[in-house]
Formats: sequence, C-alpha cells, structure tokens
Amino acid sequence: MDKINSIKMERVSFKSGGEDILKNINVEFEAGYIHTLIGPSGAGKSTLIKLINRLIDPTEGRVLINGIDINNFDVINLRRKIGMVFQQAHLFDGTVSDNIKYGPLLMGEKNIDVKYYLNIVGLEESFQNKNVSNLSGGEQQRISIARTLANRPEVILLDEPTSALDPTSTQLIEELILQLKNKLNLTFIWITHNMEQAKRVGDFTYLVVGGELVDCGRTGELFENPRKEITRLFIDGKLTGGKSK
Amino acid sequence: MNAISLTLASSLVLISIFISYYQNLSIEREIVVGTIRAVIQLTIVGYILHYIFAANNFFFTLTMVTVMIIVAGNNAAKRGRGIPGVFYYITVSIAVGTAITLAILILFGTVHFRPQEVIPVAGMIIGNSMISSGLTVSRLKDEMKNRTLEIQTALALGASARQAVQKILKISLKTGMMPTIDGMKTLGIVQLPGMMTGLILGGVDPINAVKYQIMVTFMLASTVAISCFCVTFLTYKEFFTPYHQLKAGVK
Repeated sequence: MDKINSIKMERVSFKSGGEDILKNINVEFEAGYIHTLIGPSGAGKSTLIKLINRLIDPTEGRVLINGIDINNFDVINLRRKIGMVFQQAHLFDGTVSDNIKYGPLLMGEKNIDVKYYLNIVGLEESFQNKNVSNLSGGEQQRISIARTLANRPEVILLDEPTSALDPTSTQLIEELILQLKNKLNLTFIWITHNMEQAKRVGDFTYLVVGGELVDCGRTGELFENPRKEITRLFIDGKLTGGKSK
Repeated sequence: MNAISLTLASSLVLISIFISYYQNLSIEREIVVGTIRAVIQLTIVGYILHYIFAANNFFFTLTMVTVMIIVAGNNAAKRGRGIPGVFYYITVSIAVGTAITLAILILFGTVHFRPQEVIPVAGMIIGNSMISSGLTVSRLKDEMKNRTLEIQTALALGASARQAVQKILKISLKTGMMPTIDGMKTLGIVQLPGMMTGLILGGVDPINAVKYQIMVTFMLASTVAISCFCVTFLTYKEFFTPYHQLKAGVK
C-alpha cells in the first residue's frame, strides 16, 4: 500500500436494521490535515469513520484510497495504516508496555521501543511497567494513542477521544494531536461534539446531520461565515433533531 | 423394585410441588409436566433399549447414538439462540467428542461394541457434552455482546477476528470445562456418581464399580474438552464477516 494522499467517499450509504444511518455521502479527506466532524448525537459520524478502516462496509457506494477502492487492500494492513482511537480508551489487561506492544506483536515485530512512544505522548518512561488499572482517564487515552502510534499509521481516526476527559486532560490531548500532525505529518479525522475544540484543532470541518453531510469547508470560514442556514442553526445551538433515520 | 414401591416413591414429587405452592413459585404445573414427561420418556426408552439390546445390531446401535446426539444438540443449541448455525455447530461438536472418546474406549478394549455397553456409555458422554457445549456457547454469546469495545479496539489495531477474541475463547472454553473438572475433584467424596451408584445397587463389588467410574471420569474429561473446543472454534466465526468485521445483529 502506497503512502495515503487522500481518502474519498463516493455516494456512500449505510443501512442498519432497515434504518438509513448514512445517506449518499460524497467527501474527500486530504492527507496532512486535521479534519473535524461535527453534528448532533446519532447523526452517523462514528459510522462514517468506521467505514474508513473497514470496521464496517457501506451498503452502497465506495470508499477510495488514492483513487483505489478500499476493498482492494488487505484489511489488516489497512487498519494498521489507518489507526483508530475510541471515545472510551479500552486498554487490555496487563501493563502499559503490553498495550503499546499489542499491534506490533501481532505482526511479529519484537523490538518495540516502548519508551519512544511514551515520550511522544508526553508520559514518563516509568509508566511502561504500570498496570493499566492504575491510570487516570487522561493517561489511559494517551496510552491508547501511543498504542495506535506503535503501528506507525499514516491516518488516525479519533472518535470523540476527549469527551470523557476533564478540561486539563482535554487540552493535553489537543496539544498532543497538533504536535503529532506537525511532527509525524499524520492525518487526523476527528469527531467532536465540542465546537470550540473543532475551531481550535480542525483545518477543515464537516457537518453531519441526519446521516447526510450537509456542509463542509475550512474551519474558520465554516464557523465565522456559515453559508448554509442549517450550519448557522447548529453553531447557534438551535438545531433540533438531526439523528439519522 | 416392584411397581408398587415405584408408585409410592413417586410421592416424593409431592414435596417439590408443596414447596412450590408454599413459596408461591408457580412452577407446580411444570413439575407435574416434567414428572409425566420423565416417566413417559424413560418408559419408551426402556422398551426401545430392550429391543435394541435383544437385536444386538450395529446399525440400530449407531442409529440410537445418532438420535441421542441430535436431541442433545437441539437442546444445547437453545443456549446459543440467535447465533446462525448454532444447532449444527453444537451437534457436530458433540458428535466429534463422542466419536473420539468412544473410539478410544473401544480401541483399548475398555468398552466393547455391544449395545448394552455402547449406549449407556454414549449416553453419559453425550449428556455431559450437551451441558458443557451449551454453557460454552452461552458464555461466548454473552462475552461477545459485553466486550464489543474490546473487540473493536483489537480489530482497529490490526488483529484478526481470531486474535481479537482470543481471551473470550479461553473464557468460554473454561466455562464449559470447569463443571466437569470441579466434579472430578470431589468425586466419591461429595457424590457417588451415577454409574458407580447403579453398579453398586445392581450388586457389583464397590472396588469394581470404582474401576468403571474412573474410566467414566477420564472419558468425560476428554469428551467435554473436545466438544467445548470444537464448539468454541466453530461458533465464534459466526460473529464476524470474512473481513474481520463484527457482524451486526448476531446477539
């Protein structure tokens, strides 16, 4: 698989249990940026990013990487190139080190520099032997990011990684992601409910409402000068409903 | 035991009906239905076995064992309701466990291929396989449901479906096997098992009865392990697509 330059969705729809979760999504995420997805709860944002690492497949349409249908890539390799961090960091039983080594060990890599990854996420080396049950929420989320980084991904999907964290931990994660983008030239597709957060971190922002991508653009323009009424209503907190049906 | 003694013994059921009534459990009807079914089923089986033992026919014996496996599979599959193909997987697992264990016992001359020996021994094997396989799929189903985030996390890190559920498979396998292992630890102390009790009641010397029971214990340990292993590894795949994705709707 070549270096990922773009991820594109063409006429993508997703149905589950007879319900339309996503409807006719057409979008392109360019590499090297932070793309934030905003929208009401249940709008289909999490479903949308799970299509990118093939945790699910669309019922219609296709997802392309560098113009090639995603189904042409080996799914395991794809998930290593496109990592994902969930809202609730699930750490596997054991130590921090066990968790960071998880992905590489699956591929038979044995020499994993755990300290390097701890350093990247701003944690001390002494963390490597700590049991994961003794970590705070913010530390767990940083370990979960370090674990994803250990697979050396090019793109990271973030499904509301700070929604369960306190303001200090949230700020630390935001700073970390901005550093990673610049330092490692990574691409992030970041779901957030926090519009201030989207403004702070997003290069581009996408508004998903009722399973449809209703607006997108450069973050500053989208928030300061919304072209569409629905975007203005959402920003002003006046949009009611918006769940996918 | 004559018919009158047996009829009088049936009054013991009244105790359970009384407790149900006294404690307002509302299971009196089920106790009555269960009792009547047990009497009818056992009587029919008694006559069938009487005929099969007299016929001493390979085909009849095999048919009887096959029927027992299918009935056991059907019963255990209820615990895995919602999993596609669960009846098939459990039945195959019980059949494999039964076939391997019976073949070893016959090969080593511990049991002879006569209906009088094969059918009761197969009954014990199949009964235990049925319970352990049912426990295994039931636990597998629960764990898959409760550990969705853990599985998704592992898959997102590049684990295959098999790697993502490694821990769940172990837990399910252990759940199916542990009752038999625990039973082995207290055998003879807490309970005198069915076969040994039967032989002693039938007038066999307790030392000889113990020999048979030891054989049964080894046999059950093997068959339960085989059945649980097969059912775990056959069934977990039903929760995933060929692309290592958790299937929606398998509950």
